[in-house]
Amino acid sequence: MAEFKEISPDAPMSAQALNWLDNRFPASKLFKEHMSEYYAPKNFNFWYIFGSLALLVLVIQIVTGIFLTMNYKPDAALAFGSVEYIMRDVPWGWLIRYMHSTGASAFFIVVYLHMFRGLIYGSYRKPRELIWVFGCAIFLALMAEAFMGYLLPWGQMSYWGAQVIVNLFAAIPFIGPDLALLIRGDYVVGDATLNRFFAFHVIAVPLVLLGLVVAHIIALHEVGSNNPDGVEVKGPNAPRDAAGHPLDAIPFHPYYTVHDIFGVSVFLMIFSAIIFFAPEFGGYFLEYNNFIPADPLKTPLHIAPVWYFTPYYSMLRAITSEMMYALIACVLAGAVLGVLKARISGLFKLIIVGAAVVLVVAMLMIDAKFWGVVVMGGAVIILFFLPWLDNSEVRSIRYRPGWNKILYGIFVINFLILGYLGVQPPSAIGERVSQVGTLFYFGFFLLMPWWSRLGTFKPVPDRVTFAAH
Amino acid sequence: MKKIILALVATLGLMTGAQASEGGLVWDKAPSNTNDLASLQNGAKLFVNYCLNCHSAAFMRFNRLKDIGLTDQQIKENLLFTTDKVGETMKAAIDPKQAKDWFGGNPPDLTVIARSRSGATGTGADYLYTYMRTFYRDPTKATGWNNLAYPNVAMPHVLWELQGERRPVYVERKENGHKTAVFKGWEQVTPGTMTPLQYDQAMGDLVGYLQWMAEPAQNTRVRVGVWVLLFLLILTFMAWRLAGAYWKDVK
Repeated sequence: MAEFKEISPDAPMSAQALNWLDNRFPASKLFKEHMSEYYAPKNFNFWYIFGSLALLVLVIQIVTGIFLTMNYKPDAALAFGSVEYIMRDVPWGWLIRYMHSTGASAFFIVVYLHMFRGLIYGSYRKPRELIWVFGCAIFLALMAEAFMGYLLPWGQMSYWGAQVIVNLFAAIPFIGPDLALLIRGDYVVGDATLNRFFAFHVIAVPLVLLGLVVAHIIALHEVGSNNPDGVEVKGPNAPRDAAGHPLDAIPFHPYYTVHDIFGVSVFLMIFSAIIFFAPEFGGYFLEYNNFIPADPLKTPLHIAPVWYFTPYYSMLRAITSEMMYALIACVLAGAVLGVLKARISGLFKLIIVGAAVVLVVAMLMIDAKFWGVVVMGGAVIILFFLPWLDNSEVRSIRYRPGWNKILYGIFVINFLILGYLGVQPPSAIGERVSQVGTLFYFGFFLLMPWWSRLGTFKPVPDRVTFAAH
Repeated sequence: MKKIILALVATLGLMTGAQASEGGLVWDKAPSNTNDLASLQNGAKLFVNYCLNCHSAAFMRFNRLKDIGLTDQQIKENLLFTTDKVGETMKAAIDPKQAKDWFGGNPPDLTVIARSRSGATGTGADYLYTYMRTFYRDPTKATGWNNLAYPNVAMPHVLWELQGERRPVYVERKENGHKTAVFKGWEQVTPGTMTPLQYDQAMGDLVGYLQWMAEPAQNTRVRVGVWVLLFLLILTFMAWRLAGAYWKDVK
């Protein structure tokens, strides 16, 4: 137990209260460790606001979500009407609902930008692998949360989107049909599905999300933040002042708290502009079709998931039986490369050949739809492995070979194109483009151990680059 | 790199392609009436008198009409046909079973129809405005009516007495060696109780009402939004200066 501190009886009331508290709960200690004496690099730029914003949006979603559940009815016969009830009869219900629906899209925008920041500055590299892994788990949980939440308004898109995605699980060999049945709780998406999705959306997944967010931040504060230069500001060789504080870092509070208040106000301006002036956001944040109540007998002509899932949806649609041959060729090429180039024992090479043969046989035997699901899931799962795929000498894009910037730029454009194609109805040329895009997406990650070592790296400075404001 | 440029070019091609293949009838632009109380009230009157016989607005309460300047008394005396309580929602007079027998399906609920019919080619109001003005006689259909914006629609032209009968006029044009009929305009066959201009105005009122009913908070939303943004603008400025004041010490 920590030492019990006495305080002068003449001290002000507030100091006495704080002393009482600190003797029983580490309030001041926690505040110091995570705020006023948590040193963060002083050269953070624009890209470093999105972590705080993600936390803000999480809070917005939880608070508005609580108020929505007070009037929402998770019942197939009542759900659509209860949302309209919130929109018209609940005082300020429309505001709460728009905040929640816009918040969902904002969450993904902010998280995508946050992940991109990590990607370009190498924030996932040793010793920050776990921060990245927790972050990817958050992304995964967020996708589950958004998917299940989207069913709740019980509109046509809610219904048919859920129908399509749950049916994907049925493509898994042997257990698929039973698994899909287990998820739906019925043979089609229905009242049972709505009830369990509601339970997952309002309590199960949020609990997991919150736990992961705490783990993400604890891990971050343990090793300290990376920065745009990828230079360790708290390393053994980092310059420190007389008090032992790193020279290139500043206390999070007040410096980054005031910074973040500014960032948050700018974000809130954009967020509010959407809520108040364009809550449907041209049919992207609230899809027009979703204002038609769910009708199990009327399939909409064109079913597309909400925009934030569309890059992955594109990859799913790209896997046709024709595309399977291209994937088989990739597997074989990978195996040949492994046998010829990798410096491993003959036994391992034999294992590689065996695994490749088994995989190719499986790819030929099982329907392409299943592999589409594998590719879609793999596109998210592969992110977890990023820390071990990157062999670059340096962390930050600033000191990588110049062509890396172009490569990362293409990666982003490719992701956007995949997203665009996922919104569009299927077409022959769109399919071809998304197939190329899918190969590029996976090539970017799977070939990273090779390409990240290439080229001439620029010298990394000893100190961060910072110009006083 | 080449692949990506190709992909980009292909996507651009796709985008224009998607627009070109849209086809169909171009929607007329609906007048924007959601701030005009007189127009909304006239729209509400038309809605209750004509639409509410078959269509419900099951999420819309009669007393919400107070938002467009009507009193409880006015609502009770002029607009309540299917119920006697102003707190009730707008339920259609028609029996759903009969509706199914007559039209082959239940007439859709109209509460949020103006939101659900939006599309790439215009707002839901544009669609409804076009739809309500493109009915024509078609003896091959069970109801005797057809519609240009919604071909083979099950709904008859409920307002034909107001509009009169019209006939779409087509001209034949050669396109790529094929003769195609291109819609040219309308020809009035029998006059209605309203002039074409009056009818267009009435439909503007009705559609304005439908648009308002789809989201009664829409005007409040914009009004509040302006104040919120003004507040945030000041907050942002102060936060910017506050950050600047702290950061000037960081060397």
